[in-house]
Amino acid sequence: MKAIKHTGIVIFLIGLAIFTGTIFTGSFSLTSDELNTFINQKKYKSEIIKDELKKATVTSEDLNIFEFSSRVRAAYKASNDHYDAQIAKYNLEKNWDKKGEQYQYKIYGKPHTVSFELAKIAGKGYIKDNAGLVWWLTFGLGIIGALLFILPNYKLLGNAGIKNNGIYLESSTNRGFLAWLVLIYLVSFYLVLYFMPDYVVNWTFIFDPISKSLNGGPASQWFVYGFLYCALMLVMATRMYIKYRHNKYQILRTTSVLFFQIVFAFLIPEIMTSLNMPGYDFKNAFPLDYDFFFEWNLDSLKESGAIGLFILVWGIILTLVIVPVMVYFFGKRWYCSWVCGCGGLAETLGDPYRQHSNKSMKAWKLERWIIHFVLLFSLAMTAVTLYCYFTGTQSFLGINSQWIKDTYSFLIGAWFAGVIGTGFYPIFGNRVWCRFGCPLAAYLGLVQRFKSRFRITTNGGQCISCGNCSTYCEQGIDVRAYAQKGENIVRSSCVGCGICSAVCPRGVLKLENGPEEGRINPTDVLLGNDVDLMKLVNDK
Amino acid sequence: MEHIVIIGNGISGVTAARHIRKNSDKQITIVSAETDYFFSRTALMYVYMGHMKFEHTQPYESWFWKKNKIELKKGFVKTVDSKNKTLHFANGDTLQYDKLIIATGSKPNKFGWPGQELNGVMGMYHKQDLDNLEKYAPDNKACKRAVIVGGGLIGIELVEMLHSRNIPVTFLVREQSFWNGVLPKGESEMINREIKKNHIDLRLGVNLKEIKSDKNGNVKSIVIAETGEEIECNVVGLTAGVSPNVDFLKNSDLEIGSGVKVNRFLETNLKDIYAIGDCAEQHEVIGSRRSIEAVWYTGRMMGETLAQTICGNRIEYKPGHWFNSAKFIDIEYQTYGWVWAQTKENEARFYWEHKDGNKCIHLNYDKNTREFIGINNFGIRMRHDFFDRVLNEKRSVDYVLEHLADANFDPEFYTLHEAEIAAKFNKENNTNIQLKKKSWARIFSRA
Repeated sequence: MKAIKHTGIVIFLIGLAIFTGTIFTGSFSLTSDELNTFINQKKYKSEIIKDELKKATVTSEDLNIFEFSSRVRAAYKASNDHYDAQIAKYNLEKNWDKKGEQYQYKIYGKPHTVSFELAKIAGKGYIKDNAGLVWWLTFGLGIIGALLFILPNYKLLGNAGIKNNGIYLESSTNRGFLAWLVLIYLVSFYLVLYFMPDYVVNWTFIFDPISKSLNGGPASQWFVYGFLYCALMLVMATRMYIKYRHNKYQILRTTSVLFFQIVFAFLIPEIMTSLNMPGYDFKNAFPLDYDFFFEWNLDSLKESGAIGLFILVWGIILTLVIVPVMVYFFGKRWYCSWVCGCGGLAETLGDPYRQHSNKSMKAWKLERWIIHFVLLFSLAMTAVTLYCYFTGTQSFLGINSQWIKDTYSFLIGAWFAGVIGTGFYPIFGNRVWCRFGCPLAAYLGLVQRFKSRFRITTNGGQCISCGNCSTYCEQGIDVRAYAQKGENIVRSSCVGCGICSAVCPRGVLKLENGPEEGRINPTDVLLGNDVDLMKLVNDK
Repeated sequence: MEHIVIIGNGISGVTAARHIRKNSDKQITIVSAETDYFFSRTALMYVYMGHMKFEHTQPYESWFWKKNKIELKKGFVKTVDSKNKTLHFANGDTLQYDKLIIATGSKPNKFGWPGQELNGVMGMYHKQDLDNLEKYAPDNKACKRAVIVGGGLIGIELVEMLHSRNIPVTFLVREQSFWNGVLPKGESEMINREIKKNHIDLRLGVNLKEIKSDKNGNVKSIVIAETGEEIECNVVGLTAGVSPNVDFLKNSDLEIGSGVKVNRFLETNLKDIYAIGDCAEQHEVIGSRRSIEAVWYTGRMMGETLAQTICGNRIEYKPGHWFNSAKFIDIEYQTYGWVWAQTKENEARFYWEHKDGNKCIHLNYDKNTREFIGINNFGIRMRHDFFDRVLNEKRSVDYVLEHLADANFDPEFYTLHEAEIAAKFNKENNTNIQLKKKSWARIFSRA
């Protein structure tokens, strides 16, 4: 069994190495025709971009993606620098008309993004020609290797039951060297994905055939990410199925997040795209879906006829009605650990790291400040956006619409949710984003705390303060602090993953939906003691 | 300001300190020689197993003590001078008290076995035992086999711990079946099976004769009294029960039996000295309880109670209905009320076991009045509130069976066995008990 496991990890690492190595392969150059078509499509007015790009990309040299990207970005910079110089010049001359004219020649957009678009056309090489084989050498080996690593746990972990044996004795799950290596890989992955997509254009070539069969178009970096996300969840869900095979709540919950990720987040939007509809994830609720009210999305929905209107109405009802009503009946868990994609990844890929959440009082204070700030930030951004959208102005109350959207997308959307939220799993735990950053979680949390039937019931006086519940709470709730006082746990951040209840050795905790009355039950003297004393102390 | 000194930072002492602080501004000092901060003794096993780090077993962050003005002093109390109300420490320090609470807990029993002081022989009670185990049994290379002597709760925990690091374990149990002084036959046999299912070499009905040494004073092997069989091993765990940790009081004026003798107010024979938790011995037993109860919950309850007395509201220690819980490797156990190993004359029993053999419930009731006396539940979680109320209200066994849905505390979506249980009871007793649907109104109703 151990041999299978070891073989598995070797195969997985080979797959991962090939996957990472593909970045450095291939050759990138354009023909004049390809370049002309591209420039015409883009409707650039700049008179020098064509020559600059031609110099840079129409070549017989064997450029790798990094050289290609660097040349393309330099070409755009040269063009923009040229017109910036013109602007400065006319500014000095106080020739306002001429100065104003120059702006139309400038080319906006992220350099790495235009470089990605060009690279997508320019790429040649083994991967592009052998996408299917390369898929097997990367994803295929990765998935097979990971499964070989995971499946023997069925025997190796021993009989069904809580088997957290060795978690704090292993480097990978105890913030050791391996954990830091994983962190570096994940963080680099997200940085490249969000900010330098052209560097990983080769990955998209692996997926072009699959993408074409699903949505009719070539694969973008987001298609790769979406597929990878589903594959990771699927593989790590098998780990959950084995680890918690005695616990039906965990089995069902894992199945649910897996279903919503693969069907709702991945397949349905791809199919919609193939049908010329806007690709929409029907479960992704605003304000987690922070760009739902961005101009481009509203315009795209408006142009999409009935389905666009339906999505618009659905999106609004989802946030305003469905989400809070469901939280009232079931707690925020129905979303955060049964439906949500971020939660889905945290509960599968992130499960081995759940013990790293910080349980200190300080962390709790910080959590409340930050998450509610992000909620306000997202609402303010949306208010500005909508005001500007309907009035046609550029700013509201002195806040520039484009600026606030860009800032939010960069800080919250990319850095917080991606780089930190997932990249830091191995050190800070699997719910950093959900606990500190997610505006939807903040909103659900307010409902859960003040108007919900959900609670974690503490079973009278049975707690022995062992600390398993607190240790394995991914949201950093000090569950024991409540349980040892015989007090139910009613906390806005609880995502109802149910692990506290699962790891409790004394059967103390139960996630329940019941009447609101008696949900919060502070006690001083616990059940099991003298009835008179309990009454005396607890009724005070 | 009155100075309350508590010897022992376990659950009893710390609970007393917390409750005294809630009700007063008295100066409070907790003395311990074992660790700087309170930790959950019952969780030590999880540290060795790698489920947690030692710091996770500490229920309060270190600022808690300062914030609540509870002073912590590390030191070993050598003698108590009750005339001058002074504690003398091993290192020569002294500490004055106005009121003294002795909450020093237990120590593992050793029955004078030859070789019991060898390197590699240990109990599993103190933080130091954990360090010792880590030293002598870090893995199955350093420790080829371990022998655990004594089939109680700590014994099976130590078995599970060693097993988690793939160390082969032989488990010597004096009784003919595991813990059958407490557990009835069905439950006890279920745990025998659970132990064997984990490939533990379980030896029932045997005693330890001696522990043999190698030339360096380390454990080499043990010999079984009954058969003379010698088993090679590197670690011997002695888990044959615990007794009050009161040796340091032997020369004081305190009345000592097995533990510190206390009355129902937890007062000792000396004014202003109290004893709580494992180390306290009741002059007269309370109800069906033992005179010394080495249980987490009773320690806590005594702490809750004594704090009232210390703060001027003198009340008796009156524990409510008995309850307890444990986990036997993968099988959780809870009990509410009394289910003795042997059926008493006025009692009738009902036992249901799941076909997989890893879940059961055992009901005890009065055969004449049908009043519910207690339940053992294995592999099924039950609601403490429910059974506490049933016992308060002196409900019948029929009531309990009808309301099993209210009682169940398993996680959502778990398979429920209530129908099967009721059907078996009806068949055996010729009754017609119909299950009632779960009712929140009933669950929350207070007697």
